[in-house]
Amino acid sequence: MKPYRLRVLWLLIGFVAVAATIYAMSFFGLKPTRLIEFALLALTPLAFAAVGECINEKSGQINIGIEGIFLISAVAGVFWAEVFESGLLGLLMGGVFGALIGGILGLLNVYGRAEQVIAGMGLNILAIGLFQYLLMAIWAFPGIHIFPRTLVVPRISIPLIGEELAVSPISLAAIAAAFAAYLLLNKTLLGIRLRAAGEKPESVDVAGHSVYRVRIFASMVGGFLAGVGGAFMPLGWFGGLVKEITAGRGFIALAAVVFSGLNPLTALAATFIFGFAEGLAFAVVVTPAVKEAVPFHFIMMLPYIVTVAVLALFPSTRRFPKALGKPYVRE
Amino acid sequence: MLAVAVGLVGGAALMAVYGYDFVKAYRALFLGAFGDFSGFLETLAFATPLIMTGLTFAIGMRSGLFNIGAEGQMYMGAIGAVFVGGMLNLPPIIHLIFATVFGMLAGAIWSLPAALLKISRGVHEVVSTIMLNWIAFWLVTYLITYHVADPARAERAVPAQETARYLVIGASLTTVFILVIAFSLIAYFLLWRTTLGYELRVVGHNQEAARYAGINISKTMMTSFFLGGLAAGLAGVSQVLGRPPHWTVFATMGNLINIGFEGIGVALVGRNHPIGIIFASIFYGGLLHGGRFMEFEAGVASEIVRAINGIIILALAIPAALDLVKKIFPRKNRGETG
Repeated sequence: MKPYRLRVLWLLIGFVAVAATIYAMSFFGLKPTRLIEFALLALTPLAFAAVGECINEKSGQINIGIEGIFLISAVAGVFWAEVFESGLLGLLMGGVFGALIGGILGLLNVYGRAEQVIAGMGLNILAIGLFQYLLMAIWAFPGIHIFPRTLVVPRISIPLIGEELAVSPISLAAIAAAFAAYLLLNKTLLGIRLRAAGEKPESVDVAGHSVYRVRIFASMVGGFLAGVGGAFMPLGWFGGLVKEITAGRGFIALAAVVFSGLNPLTALAATFIFGFAEGLAFAVVVTPAVKEAVPFHFIMMLPYIVTVAVLALFPSTRRFPKALGKPYVRE
Repeated sequence: MLAVAVGLVGGAALMAVYGYDFVKAYRALFLGAFGDFSGFLETLAFATPLIMTGLTFAIGMRSGLFNIGAEGQMYMGAIGAVFVGGMLNLPPIIHLIFATVFGMLAGAIWSLPAALLKISRGVHEVVSTIMLNWIAFWLVTYLITYHVADPARAERAVPAQETARYLVIGASLTTVFILVIAFSLIAYFLLWRTTLGYELRVVGHNQEAARYAGINISKTMMTSFFLGGLAAGLAGVSQVLGRPPHWTVFATMGNLINIGFEGIGVALVGRNHPIGIIFASIFYGGLLHGGRFMEFEAGVASEIVRAINGIIILALAIPAALDLVKKIFPRKNRGETG
């Protein structure tokens, strides 16, 4: 069997495992619908960021600063949500700030010929400090900010096998984004240009288009999606800002990208598995029967262990773009 | 130096945006950090763990690995030091040595999963080390809460016993600083004066060439991770056995968090060279210590220091910026090294 087919098969097995876990958890008094609700919430930021990074990497760039974009856009999103008194506009502004950061990174990559991995790490460290500084500067309170419940984007109710499922419309948007990205990359002219910029940048140049512009565009799209994901965490999920809000999710999204071999749909499936692990952790922590048996510290490790385990079991077999991480210099 | 200037200007801009007086802030920062002798000793105390976590990242970079797992390895080093230093009763000097070695090994062992996953399964170390950092975070908070909690104060682990503490030199600086400097010199010697170090650097420079030269790449990667883990472990040890007044770890790990990541900036400013890292750490230690004065006197959140560090790293990532400066100021920059 082709390695890629094998991967899809394994994904199916993963989903069966998820279903089995849901079934098993129902014995602890945990409703399957609750578990799926948690999983969908956890999936959202991961999926947005992973889909965005797929596009970005296809164009030949790598951004390990997703965690940093998450942090900054979370603050920006909440700030603007309070200004506009609307959670949705806050999410949008989070995306705008993400796109801005993505654009700056793109400029650095293209014109600065940056060491992209180091620049991404710089962004992460900048964001850790900036997050806490901004919290102090804007709300004059260290490390935490709670905003009115009314700003949280309301969830809608979807019927599923006789039960009501409360889902954030933003989660559905994240899933839609994955399909849109798939179509963009594979069915449009722009997608071909994007992929060419990652595989053989010279060819884009020869065809009369700017590699620079294509890459900056890809970086901005990636940043925008990551920004929406970052703003979703406070505005669609937690209802507040704390300094540990991202908890390594930017890197889990990166793991999903590595796993997917840059196919947005596979990335979406991977984020569902990772999101489920996280959702399970959250759900279990609030379930009395399990809480007594296992300290919550170990449950909190679950998403990270699952992420490493998935990457270890399924080493990346798909080829990544040839020019990934390499600056392009016009001759 | 240029990148540092960019970072400081960026920090000033951030303060100006929110209406803080950045001249006053920086004045307070540098006077507090380097203005008097005890302030300088405190700066060195802040620099101590950074030298080690910086070295972790530098050793990785020298051998072609992006090892950002110093954070978790440092947690493990600290908890290792708490176990031996706080829980056991041993004669004075032996206790100190045993606790130090145990903590360092704990850090090194925590780096091995990332190394093995990289070698055998091709898992990229950026993802695996970050995941291990978080696993370490929860493991260590669990251990502190349930197994090594201080009976007198539940929010922290047992402090290191008198027999397992490094001597205080002055302010918060202890003799562990000397050990850290010695470790850096040994690392320098290992990397530049031995075959092992040479092989490590060849792998980092050009993996293909190294393979043709018959160098065992898996082995050098293991060595690189292990050495880095020892250094990060020592960083954790230094915060327990060598840092008054608490000599221990808090359950929130407030006194450890981010030391590993700050090491990345330190290593890059120090150009991934053990000696450069020492100076970069002292500079950054000054920012950290002085940041508290800045907060006190100008009301600026001291976390801005971290933002400055991030801007410095971003600036360092852009080789073209340096070219540009050289083009604009061809004569002025001839003598400087950037």
